[in-house]
Amino acid sequence: MLGKGLLQGLAVTAKNLVGSYHDPARYVTQEYPEVQPKLPEAYRNFPFLVSETADDPMGTLRCVACQICEKECPPQCIYIEKSKDKKPDANGKLQIYPAVFAIDTAVCMSCQICVEVCPFDAIKMDQEFAIAATDRFDGLLLNREQLAKPNAYYHQIHPTEASEVDARLAAERRAAEEKARLAAAAKAAAPKAAAPTAAAAPGVPAASASPGSIPPPGPPPSSS
Amino acid sequence: MILAAAPASPADAWLERAPVLLRDALTGWLPDALRPWVAALLSIATILGVFGLLFAYMTLAERKILGRIQNRPGPNRTGPFGLLQPFADAIKALTKEDIVPRAADQVLHFLAPVVLVALSLIGLAVIPFGRNLVAVEMEASVLYFFAAGAATELAIFMAGWASRNKYSLLAAMRALAQLISYEVPLLLSVVPVIVVAGSLSTTDIVAAQGGWAAGLWPHWHALTPWGFSAFAVFMVAALAESNRSPFDLPEAESELIAGHLTEYSGFKYALFFMAEYLGMAALSAMAVTLFLGGWQAPLAVLEFIPSYAWFGVKLLLLLLGFIWIRATFPRLRIDQLTRLSWKFLVPLALVNLINGGVWAATADWTGAAAVVRWFISALGVVVPFIFLARSLSAGYGPRTYRYASP
Ligand code: SF4
Ligand code: SF4
Repeated sequence: MLGKGLLQGLAVTAKNLVGSYHDPARYVTQEYPEVQPKLPEAYRNFPFLVSETADDPMGTLRCVACQICEKECPPQCIYIEKSKDKKPDANGKLQIYPAVFAIDTAVCMSCQICVEVCPFDAIKMDQEFAIAATDRFDGLLLNREQLAKPNAYYHQIHPTEASEVDARLAAERRAAEEKARLAAAAKAAAPKAAAPTAAAAPGVPAASASPGSIPPPGPPPSSS
Repeated sequence: MILAAAPASPADAWLERAPVLLRDALTGWLPDALRPWVAALLSIATILGVFGLLFAYMTLAERKILGRIQNRPGPNRTGPFGLLQPFADAIKALTKEDIVPRAADQVLHFLAPVVLVALSLIGLAVIPFGRNLVAVEMEASVLYFFAAGAATELAIFMAGWASRNKYSLLAAMRALAQLISYEVPLLLSVVPVIVVAGSLSTTDIVAAQGGWAAGLWPHWHALTPWGFSAFAVFMVAALAESNRSPFDLPEAESELIAGHLTEYSGFKYALFFMAEYLGMAALSAMAVTLFLGGWQAPLAVLEFIPSYAWFGVKLLLLLLGFIWIRATFPRLRIDQLTRLSWKFLVPLALVNLINGGVWAATADWTGAAAVVRWFISALGVVVPFIFLARSLSAGYGPRTYRYASP
């Protein structure tokens, strides 16, 4: 019947008009500057540098200025200068650190490649999108101070990913400590009894399970 | 028909007579020779002021309602609830550069928007906005109104032609096709009203719709079967005449840039919009006058509300209907547009002409005969509608979408 579809259409729009006054599902607009958007966890735009603590961001940057990200960045928008000296990182190990670390956000294309190649989980993607500046050169060139954000912030914006990273880092740290402990123990045991390798048995299975383990006659297993 | 129990007839109420009293107070001190002239000027100023403001706030209402229908708030930053938006728009339009293409016909290019607004406005002169509130009392005011309305399309063609731009010209051709297609059903749908009311004067037509059947059912033309059909045809044709969606082909943004508006900027562009809304308001006002009882109240007990308020309410409802329709329907193609007019609206209006004639001839049937009269009239609407709708949609069965079905 002619007109049925027309009336149905009118009903749809009328429902929307009335519904927009009481039904949130029919009034989905968020008025941006007043209401900040709830960004999905996977949202990303520009990278930031992870520091362990909020009080001393420059001292606890995870970045060791290995410059992998600088080389991999497709549009070449990362600029790093290595430090001459070394500083203890969060684990107390002496590391070089980036004296200059700058990202030109005018050029960055948010590809996240820098994040993927970083072996130290030192660079992650941020969600801060309101970075408009009146000067497109200096205003959009973020330096190390502007880029550094604490790990807590990373947890805030990408909780799942950050927990994974933390768990992995903790596991690595534990493994390293274990290894160091074993190495120390092996070193201590070696001079005492050279022949009965079984003396070091408690620790050995882990080492001998790995395919590259050294055959028994050799020196005690050590990574160095 | 007016309630006998009422202490005084509603025509004597103070509020009802306020506009006339005000006019008399303003012109009373003038010499007799000048008085009608000043009174005419006053009514012109009033119409300009009221419809200018109506235009301003219609644009806002339209944007707000469209927004709400599309799940967004619409303009709400300029002033409380965006109420100052029309003025911001006006300032923007006024301060914009006025660009005239070098190849354009300078005179016609300038004249087109002016003529369009003028022609859209003069139709309002014969609308009775309330009891005794009509700017120009005329014997053939309905004829005058439609003559002025038809001339607006000429102004649109002028704009398209003078721009010397292929899109503008195409749009102008479309406008003419649309004019010829829809002027016919528009006028045909009005004829039965004239037949039944027996007059071409808008004042008489409103007067003929006064009173209530059984004290409840107003004698409005739209509330009779033939009148309803005529009203529907009139509104569809009015949509097309005022170039409103879904018949906004002359300015189809997605196909013709902005049609005849392509080469217009700044205030001239705003004038075109003003003309569109004024034309829409004028046609709605005419629809109210012809079919919805003009300034008559819907119930006798509601007569204490002044007549011009009733007129305003009905006018606003129709204008909201225009917006609602704009928010709902997609634009027609030019062949669908002319097809709808010639194969559906014109025959429907022609049949309705006979229907209205029968209604007028049986005006003295009462009692059981009145029921028969209603029945005949209803039959005269429903049967042709069904047959015409069948023939219109023949061969256009429901489409099946291979990939997009829900
Ligand atoms: S996100 Fe991509 S473009 Fe941006 S700094 Fe990292 S690697 Fe370079
Ligand atoms: S961010 Fe990562 S990849 Fe880049 S220099 Fe620092 S540690 Fe190396």
